[in-house]
Parts: sequence; C-alpha cells; structure tokens
Amino acid sequence: MKIHEYQARNLFKKYGIPVPEGDVCHSVDEVKKKVSDDDKLRVVKAQVHVGGRGKAGGVKLAKTKAEAIAAAEQILGMDIKGLTVEKVLVAEAVDIEKEFYIGLINDRNTKSVTLMASAEGGVEIEEVAKNSPEKIIKMAIDPTMGLMDWQARKIALQLFSDPSQVRQAAGIFVKLYQLYVDTDSSLAEINPLVLTPDKKVIAIDGKMNFDDNALFRQPEVLSMREVSPDEKKEIEASAKGLSYIKLDGNIGCMVNGAGLAMATMDMIKLYGGDPANFLDIGGSSNPQKVVEAMNILLGDKNVKAVMINIFGGITRCDDVARGLVIALDEIKTDIPIVIRLSGTNAKEGLEIIKEYGLPTVSTMSEAAKKAIELSQQ
Amino acid sequence: MSILINKDTKVIVQGITGRDGAFHTSKMKAYGTNIVGGISPGKGGSEVEGVPVFNTVEDAVKATGANASVIFVPAPFAGDAILEASYAGVDLVVCITEGVPVQDMIKVTPVLKQNNTKLIGANCPGLITTDECLIGILPGGIFKKGNIGLISRSGTLTYEVVNMLSESGLGQTTCVGIGGDAVSGLYFKDLLEMYEADPETKGVVLIGEIGGDAEEQAAQFIKDNMTKPVVAFIAGQSAPPGKRMGHAGAIISSGSGTAEEKIKAFNAAGVPVAKEPGEIPGLMKMKLGL
Repeated sequence: MKIHEYQARNLFKKYGIPVPEGDVCHSVDEVKKKVSDDDKLRVVKAQVHVGGRGKAGGVKLAKTKAEAIAAAEQILGMDIKGLTVEKVLVAEAVDIEKEFYIGLINDRNTKSVTLMASAEGGVEIEEVAKNSPEKIIKMAIDPTMGLMDWQARKIALQLFSDPSQVRQAAGIFVKLYQLYVDTDSSLAEINPLVLTPDKKVIAIDGKMNFDDNALFRQPEVLSMREVSPDEKKEIEASAKGLSYIKLDGNIGCMVNGAGLAMATMDMIKLYGGDPANFLDIGGSSNPQKVVEAMNILLGDKNVKAVMINIFGGITRCDDVARGLVIALDEIKTDIPIVIRLSGTNAKEGLEIIKEYGLPTVSTMSEAAKKAIELSQQ
Repeated sequence: MSILINKDTKVIVQGITGRDGAFHTSKMKAYGTNIVGGISPGKGGSEVEGVPVFNTVEDAVKATGANASVIFVPAPFAGDAILEASYAGVDLVVCITEGVPVQDMIKVTPVLKQNNTKLIGANCPGLITTDECLIGILPGGIFKKGNIGLISRSGTLTYEVVNMLSESGLGQTTCVGIGGDAVSGLYFKDLLEMYEADPETKGVVLIGEIGGDAEEQAAQFIKDNMTKPVVAFIAGQSAPPGKRMGHAGAIISSGSGTAEEKIKAFNAAGVPVAKEPGEIPGLMKMKLGL
C-alpha cells in the first residue's frame, strides 16, 4: 500500500524527523486560507501515487502567496500519468547546501531490513544504484537489536564530517527505522535528506509503502489508504478471495494459482495475443467465486474472449466444471469462452463442459491459441 | 535417497483442528506420510483423523520424536508458530499459511539460524518425496517416482509441470514448493546444493518468477557448483512493472528482477530456459541425453 508524500511527512513529524513547515490543500480556496501573506519561498507539489511529478509540471516554486495560489490553480486537476491531482502540498522551500538519499527496505537476500544511504541524493537514485553501486552504502539491521546507535553513526559518518551534523543524521536514521518497524512498512525513503546552509539536517521529500499482509494490525496506516478506480476493482476482488489486476489487452484470463496465472498471460503474449488481466481464483471450486470472477472479467469492455485455465490439484476438475456450468447459466454472455481443465478428474470435468456445449481443450497452449483466434474474430 | 524428507520423517501438524489442517492431515496420511501428532493449544489429549493432539510443539516432540512440522495456523499467528517449532527442536518446518507479514518472517530468521532449523515457505504448497512422504497441500496423485528434482516458487504451475514430467516418463525424487513471498526460508541455492549431493537426483527443474534476484543467484551457483543438468522456466514474463501478481515476491521494481535478466543469467550458466511450460520435459530429456 502506498501513501502520499504529505502523509509520510506527517508520520516523520510524529517520530521527530525534522521536515519543512507545510500543509496539504485540497482546493485553491484552502491554499488562500492556509498560506500566510509573506515573501517566503514555497514549493507547491502535486500529491499523486506516481513518480516523475516534477517532470510532468506537478512541482512549482512560489515566491509570494499570489504565486502559490497560481501554482495550485495550475496543478490541482492536472493529469499526471493518468491520475488526476486532487491535493497539493504547500511547503516552505529550504535552501540546500547538499542532498543525500536514505532508504529502508525489506531485503530478500539478507532477510532483514536494510538501510541504504548515499551522498548522491536528489537525483534518480535508481540510476546511481545501477551505474555506480559503490556510491550506495548498505547496512543489514538485526531484527532482534534494531538499528543500533553505533550503526546509525557509522553510516552518518560516511555522509557528514561535522559532529553536530553526524548526530542529527544518525538520530534521523534511528527514528526512521523505528517508524518503519512500528508501521510494518515495506519501503521508507527520504530523498532528499538535505543539509541547509545553517547546518540543519532536514527531510525534504519522503515516500513510504506498507506491507499489505500486515494491514490487519495497522489501522492507522489503513486509514490513510486512497484507491484509484483500477485499484478499487482489485481491492473488491481481493475481498472476494480473488486476486485481480487489470491490464490493457483483450483476452480475459481466469486461472487457479498465481504462478499458473502469470504463465498463462505469458503464453498468450508468446503466441501473439494480449491478456486483459491477471486473475487468480485461488484453490476453490465454489461456483459463486466463478460467477464473481466472470463478472469482473466481463465488466472489462475490452475483453473479446475468455480463457479459463484450471489445473486441478486438491481441487477436482469435475467440481470446477460443475461450478462453471452454474456460473455460465447465471451470467449468459456472447463473449466466446475457452475452457481448459487438466489434472485431478479432468476427464470427468471436460465431459461436463462438453455436454454443456462449450469448446474444451486439454492443454494450456491449445487453449491460448484458441482464445487468441476467437479474440480476433 | 532424496532430499529433506523420506519414509522415516515424523511429521506433526500445527493447527490440526482447523478446517485446512484437518483436511490436509487426512490427505497426507492417505499418501503414506508418517503423521505422528498435531498441535492445538487447549485441545491436547483429543484426536483428529486418528492423530493425537498436543497443547504445545514441545509436548508433541517429547512424546513422538517428531522431526518435521507443517503449519496451517492463520497468518497473524504463523510467525509465532514457526518460532515455537524452532525452539522445540524440530529440524524442518513447512509453513503453508499465506499472507504472513514480512516483518514476522524477518524476525524469525535469526532464530532459525541459531536453532539450526530449516524452513520451507511461508505461502508455499509444501514438499514431497515420491512414494515416501508428502508434507503440505500438494496433490500426491500427479507425482511419479523417478530421478528429477524440482524447485518452484509457485503452486499450481508446479503441478502443471510435474504432470507434464510424469506423463513424459520423467519421474521425480523430491519436489519442493518454496513459496512466493519476498522473505522466505530455504531458497533455490540451498536446495540446488542438496540436489547436487543427492545420488538419486539426475537433473533439476527450477521454476522461477519475476521479482528479486534469487534466480540470478541460483544461476551463479549452478555455474560454479552444479554438475547435474538444470532446466528453468520463469513465470511473469509479460507482467507489468510495479504490480503484485498474487505473490508478494512477484513484483518488478526499480528495473530489477525482470524475466529478461533472469533468462540471461541462466543462459550464461548453461541452463536452458523453456519458453513455455510444455518445453520443460523435452529440454530435460535433451540435457540427460535421453
């Protein structure tokens, strides 16, 4: 789960990580009310769940209140990579002497939370990581001890030399780690962390993501959730025990199991088709689940054909077939459907589908070819 | 011979009184797995599927000499269940539970190391040594005894591939579903090492996914250490970046973990990568000179 920059800033503030003064505004009127009439340099930033806001014109500097209002007028309602800007963060601009990058992630290799830091902050950190990985300092954190002060100091000493700055930075690292662990975060970045001309270390921009598996015990994090229309469909599906992700193609896919679902999409692509979605119905043959899944698939107007790919393991194919028949009776659609059943009791399952009058195939590749053919008619 | 489990493995089931725990206990028993006990706090002294139930893993291990445990408890309690098994001295813990928070898995990691416990999963279908022992939710009927080892990050895709291998005459020694989460127990490298050392295994099928760099590391390990042939498949080649495809681990971020990079790494290690699952048996036969 993602949150906005202003929400990450609020969490930083709560944990004592210094951030510039600022507030989120949902309308131009709110900007007029909240911004005081002075000559402080401010930055107005679009709050959307995508990167590259600056390049898209979603970040503007304002020297006066009037300029801040004008900037908000331009940015609110703007479309950035398909998302409409509904909020702006208006924050005091800070003079920058030097920029740094700080990040915490769950590292698969060390199976620990890893702190990453770089003196090359502000720029595209992925580029730094790719082209000069030696410029990124990494430290794996022992989950039983947490980020120890000496570790934080060791990293800070590689970025700063002045003792006061080292102390400020190390303090920020420890607080960020605490925030990360307390909220079941999966990514926490300060980019840039800056040194100001008056030698203060401040977090200018922040990004936090959270572990979806842990949301059950993070009500405060969950309350910050905002969903786009596409995500809304995905969340609704997940509440029904289905895992759904919309894509841009025209062949709807319904598969049991995430790995097989991905392999099905791959195969459609490999044979020159285009999958409309990823849809994993899990390990159940419950007809109602199949109905829900079909409704989601057919709700996508791009879908021209549907490929159902089931490998019966514990789930028996004849059960799935009966579920499908009930589901298809209820739905009634003109969209052509290709059904492939394999594994436990596949023969019996295919009989049931055949009797119902739908084309069946016994291998994944046949099913993919047939679905592509039907989608092009 | 085989890896990790065999006919002598004594298995306990944590969460045996739950719906899934009870159902799969009966399936495992039917396959021939030696299930010696179950755990359900407060229900010690009762029986499920003819198996004695204990209050704690410690009690069960003391009474039965169990050396493997399979976990079916709900996600919020799965991390604790792994810890309990590890402190009770169980050698192999298999966590089937889906949706375990990553921080919980990170917390158990140093304990597993300290107690010398092997973990498979979480969020995995389990493992099987054909005709001897099945731990987890795998459909026993599709497996056939033979000389191929298989390691996979996914569930049903594994069944698909196993079925193809069995039908083409390539039986299996031990097949392991390592799970699709970002932080898991034993991984490709650990298992490849075991297969290399197992005299019965003649070749290994590796089913990877997008996300992370475990496949790249496996490729490096194969290049440096494996004498046995390995054939690979990578699921998620068509998946868009930044999207979680059901498995928490199957997500491409920051340009790393793409299928392209993984295929390149395997090819550089002399490992053929199947374009679709159907090619796997043929590639393995070619590698084995059959």
